[in-house]
Amino acid sequence: MALAWPLDTMHTTSTLILILAVFGASSVEMVEALTIVVAAGVSRGWRSALEGAATAVVVLALLVGFIGVPLIHYVPIDTLRVVVGALLLVLGLAWLRKAILRASGHKAPHDEDRIYAETVAELSGDASGGAGRDGGGGGVAGGGKSRDGVAFAVAFKGVFLEGTEVVLIVVSLGASQGRLGLAALSAGAAAVVVAGVGVLVARQLSEVPENTIKTVVGVMLTSFGVFWVGEGAGVRWPGSDLAILGLVGFFVLVTLAATAWMRSLLPVPESVPSSVPSS
Amino acid sequence: MTVLRRSLRAFGDFWWDFLIGDSPEFVLATGVIIALAFLLDEGRLVATIVLPLVAAAFLLGSTYRGRKRAARPAAQEEAPASRVSPPTP
Repeated sequence: MALAWPLDTMHTTSTLILILAVFGASSVEMVEALTIVVAAGVSRGWRSALEGAATAVVVLALLVGFIGVPLIHYVPIDTLRVVVGALLLVLGLAWLRKAILRASGHKAPHDEDRIYAETVAELSGDASGGAGRDGGGGGVAGGGKSRDGVAFAVAFKGVFLEGTEVVLIVVSLGASQGRLGLAALSAGAAAVVVAGVGVLVARQLSEVPENTIKTVVGVMLTSFGVFWVGEGAGVRWPGSDLAILGLVGFFVLVTLAATAWMRSLLPVPESVPSSVPSS
Repeated sequence: MTVLRRSLRAFGDFWWDFLIGDSPEFVLATGVIIALAFLLDEGRLVATIVLPLVAAAFLLGSTYRGRKRAARPAAQEEAPASRVSPPTP
């Protein structure tokens, strides 16, 4: 089955990278989703926020099943690999670009604390003036047992939007290697770990080195993208799946070099030195 | 009908943001890489060198271009409002 561990080194390598890529990507997206869910829970009530998050997770899992399984069974593997590789390339390059701009100081880092504060403020304001916006099913903000439609919708939307990219990655990597179950399991494990840590610290995960994880995942997605596009088009990589490791190494070097280069392009501040500009 | 239209629009918006977003050059990069992969499928060594190099070149070019865009107010790019606001009825 899809979950069986391959014995040869080449497949073990690609399986390991698959797990790491999916787990990392899911962790990053889940941290962002958790920030929104916690903000909705704190400001509007936990029950509705958790129900919204859980509903989104179920919908995302259904999407993986409904899209991924037919892809594996009905689409020719070479076509699938080119399409999947293209998607991974677009996604991976975009993640790398953003990570390089953030690491070099050209772009402000993702600030979970700020997003959390703004979300709570907005939802708290909505609780006093805009409860019941969902057209009757709204309930009372923070109110004990009645369902709060706004908290449900915000949590659902947050988890669903952040999770959609995870679904794409799970389906892409899982389907192209015929390991959809393993990819879904890795994503599920990441969600459980992030949610567990979120419960333990009972707040948003601002300490998570999100940009570092994003860089690593971006490197992996780009490497997989180039590899699968080549494979699907008929290119035979030296070392077969082991070539992915070479691609990972190459894109790590490119990322490091690009970060250093971009850092050197930062304007030198005249008075107070600052590594990260506010804009 | 409204729900269907809204869903289709949201679906289209997602794919537009995903594929184009603020770095449309990556779609071009992907197209070039796919075309090169098919053109060079016989030249195994050449393809395995050229494809990663093309991806890297587009990444560097886009990042360099992104540095100018990032100099503008970043608040708009990171504004969480769209994620926070619940769906309009």
